[in-house]
Amino acid sequence: MEEHRINSNEMDFAVRIRGLKKKYRLGQIGGATLQEELKSWWARVRGREDPNTKIGEQRRLVGETFMALNGVDLEVRQGEALGIIGKNGAGKSTLLKILSQITAPTEGELEINGRVASMLEVGTGFHGKMTGRENVYLNGAILGMTRAEIDRKMQDIIDFSEVGDFIDTPVKRYSSGMFVKLAFSVAAHLDSEIMIMDEVLAVGDVDFQKKCLNKMREAASVNGRTVLYVSHNMNTIRRLCDRCIVLDAGRIIFDGNVDQAVAIYMGMKDKLSTDYTFTEASRPYGRFSRLLSMEALKALEVDEPIYPEGGTIPIRIRCTAAQSLQKVRFRMELWYQDGTKVGSMLSDAIERMEPGEHTVLMRMKLHGLTAGQYSADLVSYTADENGVEEILDGVYPGLIFNVRQRSDGDHHVEWSHQYWGHIRLTDMDITLEDAARA
Amino acid sequence: MNEYPPTIKSPYYKRISSERRWTDLRLREVWRYRDLILLFTKRSFVLAYKQTILGPIWLFLNPFLTSIMYSIVFGRIAGIGTDGVPRLLFYLSSTAIWTFFASCVNSNAYTFTANAGLFGKVYFPRLTIPISQVLAFMIRFAIQASMVLVILLCYTVKGAVHPRFGLWIGIPLILLQLGAMGMGVGIIISSMTTKYRDLSILVSFGVQLWMYGTPVVYPLSQLPAGWMHTAALVNPVTMPVELFRYMVLGQGTVLPGYLVWSWIFTIAVTILGMMIFTYVEKTFLDTV
Repeated sequence: MEEHRINSNEMDFAVRIRGLKKKYRLGQIGGATLQEELKSWWARVRGREDPNTKIGEQRRLVGETFMALNGVDLEVRQGEALGIIGKNGAGKSTLLKILSQITAPTEGELEINGRVASMLEVGTGFHGKMTGRENVYLNGAILGMTRAEIDRKMQDIIDFSEVGDFIDTPVKRYSSGMFVKLAFSVAAHLDSEIMIMDEVLAVGDVDFQKKCLNKMREAASVNGRTVLYVSHNMNTIRRLCDRCIVLDAGRIIFDGNVDQAVAIYMGMKDKLSTDYTFTEASRPYGRFSRLLSMEALKALEVDEPIYPEGGTIPIRIRCTAAQSLQKVRFRMELWYQDGTKVGSMLSDAIERMEPGEHTVLMRMKLHGLTAGQYSADLVSYTADENGVEEILDGVYPGLIFNVRQRSDGDHHVEWSHQYWGHIRLTDMDITLEDAARA
Repeated sequence: MNEYPPTIKSPYYKRISSERRWTDLRLREVWRYRDLILLFTKRSFVLAYKQTILGPIWLFLNPFLTSIMYSIVFGRIAGIGTDGVPRLLFYLSSTAIWTFFASCVNSNAYTFTANAGLFGKVYFPRLTIPISQVLAFMIRFAIQASMVLVILLCYTVKGAVHPRFGLWIGIPLILLQLGAMGMGVGIIISSMTTKYRDLSILVSFGVQLWMYGTPVVYPLSQLPAGWMHTAALVNPVTMPVELFRYMVLGQGTVLPGYLVWSWIFTIAVTILGMMIFTYVEKTFLDTV
């Protein structure tokens, strides 16, 4: 009898979702003024055209909807750590918002067996004028703790956050690191049975991040909490989760083993183009003289811009010179997919370009660039004898490409962009000295 | 998929469905978050007077200056009578009770728009915010009333007013009624302004107008019989205000029939307000 109880308890669900759909209306929604609404209504009554229809707007577009979630069924058992991955716009955030009860589903239902602590953003409700301690009380209560519970945990929260004596200082005097640490500590000490997290672990310094990650793992494995975790960081998903779902276009396309899920997610990234035509939209940051206007770029010799580590990208750029130009150079400014700048590649100078259309051939050497997706901003410029640069034109991005890990298993572990940077510098020489002496 | 209920149901078990029921106010949940209500109350109090030179002294200064202004404009210049009550005392007590009601309407009218950032990040029963606002204004009223009390006692000793001290236990009831009514009206406006922004511009104007339609700067007895008198009686705020002045100053027109109407209105507008509020709350973030 006793055994049976324990057994059924293990099988109990923490979250159960059935046929969940969420519909959003596209375009301008809400925030209308009463006057506009009345005018529209009056026009409809008289059978005239709605004066608030935008000129050139197609009728069928009015009321067009978008299914952020399109029929999701999911059951999460108590004590499970579930990873949720998917491309941007796949519906991850919408799912979390519905689970956190920030917005209601359009169709379907969900059951939540326990208290939910959602950490879509840490420090919600923190107020600069109030002290750390006052904010802990308020934030804890917003997240569903009672005053007595917070009293009990106050010391743990202060210790974990490392803010120490600053706890009675208004938080507006905190450094941003301290602020985030305190905010996370409150969230991490919740007693809720279900924790929902959206990449909040990317806070604080590296040591604190590790501490947070361990705390989360402990929550799931030791304390039997249920953790739902959304991230783009596959390393964290692997370390934290024991089951993973992949979302795509509002549906679950895979549910199960974490490694398999990660493999599926990696495989479904958007197919990248090798052909670029530059328009006004490619130049969001400024007006350049456009003395040399770049019109198109093509990555040569490949169907898809995926290159091995240490490979070369041959590209052809079509451009038009408005006047005769001297010493024209090009620069590729590289960004990693998480938005960090990696570095830049410079080209030699073209001594002279006559007015008219030209094609330029360049070879980008990827030496040292580690596996991942990069985007390259392309700038053309000249420099005079005093070293003053004049930018002729700049397109953002000029090219997006992937670098894939070499299959010969050159560096054995997956490159950790978060901690190691994006460039693999020249390898060190190494010798085991005692072996050499022997 | 299996259709079984959880074997061990957590006390926090919750079922959320796309079907919205108007009657589902989740008041039990609001009660569970009572600590949050108190913390919100404390916050709005603390924040209002941090970084001001005079701090909480404003609590006294504000109604005092307003009352002096009313005494001059409505008393001296317009010559409106106060049923024999000393002018300053009349306007002080009227202002205190009206400001309480007006604040409940005004501050709650912006609940959604002012807290959109918070509501978008975390769930908690949204009703905690309006309730905490009303509580904060009740405390503010109590502090202001203590000042009125001192002046009242001076006048009582002089024999200028005859307060009905025995009835004072009813004052919390008046506060409860006006607080609930103010909150109800406020959150209805707040729910409407998520869609129609221009309503929020009308709020302060509307409340101002409402004040002149209520016997605040004049006693009900000063209104000539006719449509204005009838309108003032139908106004659900009139009876509580007159009743308050009757208790405190010994002067006021209290008609039991209209008092009952006022209570019916209060209960109706509070329940309706909470229903609309909880209904809008569920999807309002999709429309901001």
